[in-house]
Amino acid sequence: MTVDTVGRFERALEGLEVGFERVPAADASERIEMIVEEPAVGAPLPFEGVTLPESVTTEPTSADLEAARTGVTPVGFAIAEYGTVAVESTADGAEAISLYPDCHVAVVAESDVVPDLSAGFDRLADSFAAGQDSVVFATGRSATADMGDLVHGVHGPGDVDVIVVEDR
Amino acid sequence: MAQRTRSQQADRIRHLLETEGDAVHAKASSFHAQRGEAYDAADDLEALRTEARAIKEDAIDRLPDLIDTVKDTVEANGGTVYVADDAADANAYVADVVDTQTEEHGIVGDDDTPSVVKSKSMTTEEIDLNDALEAEGIEVTETDLGEWVLQVADDTPSHIVGPAMHLERVEIAELFNERFDPDEPLETAEELTQFARDYLADHIQEADVGITGANFVVADSGTITLVTNEGNARKCAVTPDTHVAIAGIEKLIPTLSDLEPFVDLIAKSATGQSIAQYVTMLSPPTDSPTLDFDDPEEPITAGDEAKTDRDFHLVLLDNGRMDMREDDQLRETLYCIRCGACSNSCVNFQSVGGHGFGGETYSGGIATGWEAGVHGQESAAEFNDLCTGCSRCVDACPVKIDIPWINTVVRDRINRSEDPAATDFLVDGLTPDMEDGGIDLGKRFFGNIGTVAKAASATAPVSNWLADADPVRGLLERTLGIDHRRDLPAFQRESLVDWFEKRGGNATSSRRAARANEADVDREVVLYPDVYTNYVDTDRGKAAVRTLEALGIPVQVPDLPESGRAALSQGMVATADRQASRLYAALAENLDAGRDIVVVEPSDLAAMHREYERLLPERSFERLRDNSYEICEYVYGLLENGADPSALSTGNGAEPVAYHSHCQQRTLDLEAPTVAVLERCGYAPETTSAECCGMAGSFGYKREYYELSVDVGERLAEQVAGAKTVVASGTSCGDQLEGLLERDVPHPIEVLAPGSRL
Repeated sequence: MTVDTVGRFERALEGLEVGFERVPAADASERIEMIVEEPAVGAPLPFEGVTLPESVTTEPTSADLEAARTGVTPVGFAIAEYGTVAVESTADGAEAISLYPDCHVAVVAESDVVPDLSAGFDRLADSFAAGQDSVVFATGRSATADMGDLVHGVHGPGDVDVIVVEDR
Repeated sequence: MAQRTRSQQADRIRHLLETEGDAVHAKASSFHAQRGEAYDAADDLEALRTEARAIKEDAIDRLPDLIDTVKDTVEANGGTVYVADDAADANAYVADVVDTQTEEHGIVGDDDTPSVVKSKSMTTEEIDLNDALEAEGIEVTETDLGEWVLQVADDTPSHIVGPAMHLERVEIAELFNERFDPDEPLETAEELTQFARDYLADHIQEADVGITGANFVVADSGTITLVTNEGNARKCAVTPDTHVAIAGIEKLIPTLSDLEPFVDLIAKSATGQSIAQYVTMLSPPTDSPTLDFDDPEEPITAGDEAKTDRDFHLVLLDNGRMDMREDDQLRETLYCIRCGACSNSCVNFQSVGGHGFGGETYSGGIATGWEAGVHGQESAAEFNDLCTGCSRCVDACPVKIDIPWINTVVRDRINRSEDPAATDFLVDGLTPDMEDGGIDLGKRFFGNIGTVAKAASATAPVSNWLADADPVRGLLERTLGIDHRRDLPAFQRESLVDWFEKRGGNATSSRRAARANEADVDREVVLYPDVYTNYVDTDRGKAAVRTLEALGIPVQVPDLPESGRAALSQGMVATADRQASRLYAALAENLDAGRDIVVVEPSDLAAMHREYERLLPERSFERLRDNSYEICEYVYGLLENGADPSALSTGNGAEPVAYHSHCQQRTLDLEAPTVAVLERCGYAPETTSAECCGMAGSFGYKREYYELSVDVGERLAEQVAGAKTVVASGTSCGDQLEGLLERDVPHPIEVLAPGSRL
């Protein structure tokens, strides 16, 4: 993916007040460790050479999920134009892990950052064809204005960080 | 339900203006402004709207096939589809799902009451699902914060997207503090949100069944799309092991790729966001493990058969929609994606909210179509008159629904369903319309305003003195509903047509034009003498004639039939249809002779450019549309083609002019030419942001709507009050502003005309 696309993604995330980090695979685990607030839960990361730090509990219980401050998940792809990450409903619980804790750390391979919604729908079509047919486009932080003013972190996370693994 | 009397309706509107208007106005107008910015910022917005429209047209066209397809795909995925005929059918099915689920798996949580958590869904409001489930002993908790506030307050949604829009923060805080008695009183939006989040988290964790709506349903993959900002819909769908999604059958779209333009549009049109926080596309049952908070020590990922543990039901609701599909006038309503943009763009909605401008369930301009279709015409009749046909929603609607037309048609149907009144004789003599008796007398009076004006002009000034006399105003209010606080138009004894004839007609005009024609322009104009320009505000007509002549254009002002605009605004479609045909017939020879038709009153031009498409043969419509112009648009064209602005009354380059463009003129994209002409002629125009003046033809004259009209008008008046010169292009806009500002508010052409008094 071109640097321009990643730059566009970074600017979109900045507008959404979402954290952005671009790291090589070798440093990703350490960087995640620095970002997460404990207790943390996570879904396994499928990127070669990248593992979740020890402090992140995989295969969490519902009690772990409820108590977690941070949820770390991979995302299938990201859409630079809007700062969107595509959270897939997988059996390892990525959907719930990205949703219940106060903070979501989304990890995406740089090669999976696509420029715009249209390219995102092309990727989505590929996923559907491959059997992954439940996906959430998550953009920024959970928000509501129903209580009279804009407030973040309603039912979903009030803090979001995105980590782009640059050599994957 | 019987329709309210004028007095009851006036009381109700006054109450809403006082109690809910400010809160709704603040939020709806801000959504409207943000939508405008989002539309402007998107580079392919028009293409997206066109594409979305085409997809909906196609989907509704082959709806029966799509229903068959989605049954197959959802069942192949492992879920169930139920097509419910009506509300009772849908509610019974959902109650049955909850009962079966709790019988088979036991009840989650500590007590023995089955419980359901819901995300926001207008369709479940339409069928009163919560009441039906509660009657079956099922506890229902709304999880969208706005919906939950309403549930606690025992209130109803006032907006399709922002259901609690009518409540201020302090009102919500009071409600929560009283109901829940927290240790520390809640005050800020942050505190209220945190409290709601914690309270609702418990309910979500202990729910037996999660119910969501669906913004879109992709037929060929069985994918439910939920568009939310809070994340509650995700939780309702993913947490309990049973998910019921309830959607109107019109939510079906054929394929995943058809979803793209809607995902791109819906948040832009609803709130001005480029995309919603969460666009959830689920093809249930999903692979996500269910969450059992009663078993805290078991890893959520333990069951490797997670998929088979999930139960999914898609309830597709008909409830009148298949009949709407067969109805050529209501079908378009089914393209609606429920974004609320029509509500936000509407000045009347901004002032009273959906409790006034809404029926049993739906609110805003499109609600007339929905209510007439799903609850029946009587529900639409409650609020349909609040649509003045200003047409500002037309630019806002992401699927290009002609919302004013739906309102006009339903108004016509309501008119025809009313019984003839004993007092019809009062207007029968004055009203050469095509309508049967029974229509509201005031509507018939205003719908035939051309005939009324002609009679009043012929007897002016006696008719004006008479109309101003107290006993007559009392009679007008009682019989026709004309509010006594409104100044009535003063009819001129000499009409514009008579004046033009008296000064020498076409021959004089040709001579004057020839003398001035330095640019050697070879055009001829027929100036359309609309009712107000001809009988009431003849000055702007004279200014138009003098301006055109000064730019070298010979003018004709023949006596022409009404355009049908007045009839349309009262829902008298048959009358308008006849008038459109007559006007076209009267203009045909001029069109053949290559003359340009120039119109002063924007609402009449809008009839020719918009509604005539439905009233005339296509070729006639296009011919008239392509050869008719708004007066300042026409002047702009002349100046662009070499005419000399110094022949007009010019300013010094910095002379400020506050300009309010007529609402329907804005929808025709004809605000800009007037601004450009004023600038070319040495003025510094400033445009208003108020979308409509609130007068809207006859609307502001009507007793039940007078106060609403003034509420809307005052917002506009505040914007221009400080300006030295205020101009407005519509008769109504000028009348409204003159009444509120107590000063003269001419048409821009009166400022520009040679020898202008300004």
